[in-house]
Amino acid sequence: MPLFSQQDKDKENYQFKAKTDNAKNVLQILRTVNFRDTATVILSQSGLKVTVEEAKCVQANAFIQTDLFQEYEIEEELLTFRINLTAWVECLNIFGGSSVPGITPSLKMYYAGYGSPLILELEEGGVVTDCKINTEEAEDTLDFDFFTTGVVNKIIMRSECLKEVFSELDMSSDVLEIITSPDPPYFRLSTFGSHGPNHADITKESEMIENFSCTKTLSQRYKLALLRPMVKPLTAATKVSVRTDARGFLCLQFMIKTDNNHICFIEHFCCPDVEEND
Amino acid sequence: MRFTGVMNDIMCIRQFASIVNAVARLSKTCVLRITATHLYLIANEAGIVNSSPGLWAELDQGHFFNVFNMGGVSEENNEIFLEMEPDTLSKTLSSFTSTQTAARFLKIKLTKKHSPCLTLEVELPSLSVHARIVVHDVPVRPLPRRQWSLYQEPEMPQCDTSLYLPPLKQLRHVVERMKTQASHITLAGNRRGTLVLSMSTDTVTVSTYFRHLSMPTWDRDDGGREGEPEELRSATVDIKRLALFLTGEQIGPSKVICNIVEGRLIHMFLLHEDVTLQYFLPAATNVY
Repeated sequence: MPLFSQQDKDKENYQFKAKTDNAKNVLQILRTVNFRDTATVILSQSGLKVTVEEAKCVQANAFIQTDLFQEYEIEEELLTFRINLTAWVECLNIFGGSSVPGITPSLKMYYAGYGSPLILELEEGGVVTDCKINTEEAEDTLDFDFFTTGVVNKIIMRSECLKEVFSELDMSSDVLEIITSPDPPYFRLSTFGSHGPNHADITKESEMIENFSCTKTLSQRYKLALLRPMVKPLTAATKVSVRTDARGFLCLQFMIKTDNNHICFIEHFCCPDVEEND
Repeated sequence: MRFTGVMNDIMCIRQFASIVNAVARLSKTCVLRITATHLYLIANEAGIVNSSPGLWAELDQGHFFNVFNMGGVSEENNEIFLEMEPDTLSKTLSSFTSTQTAARFLKIKLTKKHSPCLTLEVELPSLSVHARIVVHDVPVRPLPRRQWSLYQEPEMPQCDTSLYLPPLKQLRHVVERMKTQASHITLAGNRRGTLVLSMSTDTVTVSTYFRHLSMPTWDRDDGGREGEPEELRSATVDIKRLALFLTGEQIGPSKVICNIVEGRLIHMFLLHEDVTLQYFLPAATNVY
């Protein structure tokens, strides 16, 4: 085992280098999309994009902008790879909750390009951790073709009330029906469980709603199991935007404020649940 | 054989409970050895290295007991060996030591009811004048003389590296995170005060470096070791066992020494004023 491995590394050969003095911010963002083990990472001039997909129906994208890092260098236009996200999260969390408040681990990340591992260097109070996470070739991610087909209804709201609705959902129901409409009931979330239907309505005059622009009445059902991964980013978010397009695709965008007031976005796409005899 | 001991200090009772609890976590059965000066908790199954015990806790009788009275099997063999399940004893003790019902005294007695038992008697405070006396019987099995030899003090291993561990809490976090990903962990140390914890799987390799740790002095005067002081000596052990040992921080040890015998053994030596606890983690073979 090389002892001082982190000192004799040739750092000139890395195509990507990033440094932050608070690894927890990155951890906080990555955790919210860690509903699957594997993620596709895209590194670019504007930052990191981490994509997690499930059942070809759900896609979560986490964006970590470059301003979250004190140093950020990338030599190529784009670098993509697949990685074990769970391992990444565990590595970032290696020092756990620090016993001394105010002390946070610093993080450096390196990537030497195609085929090489993602290298993390964490340091807290003189203790250093080196991690090497193997990467795999990136596969194409789903393209929901969401923005070109036209967003029909859009609601921007504070996340608290949606959080409450999600925490009280009847899990015996297979589907969640979302109605967005310019007329009452405006915004309705319904479940159809073994105890009968259950509706949660949010009017457009609610104090929680910041922007309400619905042009058509859209009613669409989504598999509840596929929406489950949204709970994590929802609890971390301050604001959320709910959008649906003409095909009934759902896009939830979460705005998350990190400890040092940086703003990061998480995006969730979900396919509608279409019955076959439709 | 007879044994009676009384503890009057709640702090002592709590400390005793936490040691029994630590032993219970590491082993299903253990042997309580009682001598005129010390109490020992010994477990064999934790890791068999040259068939010496894998867990050895030594408690100074005088620190814990206000009254201590014992008589062994004979004059020349003035000792008692009792086999028991530390978990039962631990559960009994923890019910006495919660903050609401702090016991006023704890009396431990070797009795013969239907079978041999350690009888624990406590006086718990109550709101009325009459205090409550609670009695618990923990079944034990006295060991015959011929089995005593299995529970002799383990020899201090001839170690390649010896270090004082960093605060256990810090170490525990690192080990817990590694535990979620791998089944084995490698501990490596050198004679410059560096300790490296590392694990690797198909997907990830993680190494954590602790530097500038102090070293017990016995390491220096031993001329038997060769090689550069920077050279790392390592042993790979079961990560779950190490994690179990590290959760035993309730004892609040003042010092923990980690001895590494390259490729064979990790020996943890927990030191507290009147208590020492030794734990042997055998190295896993065929890991990589």
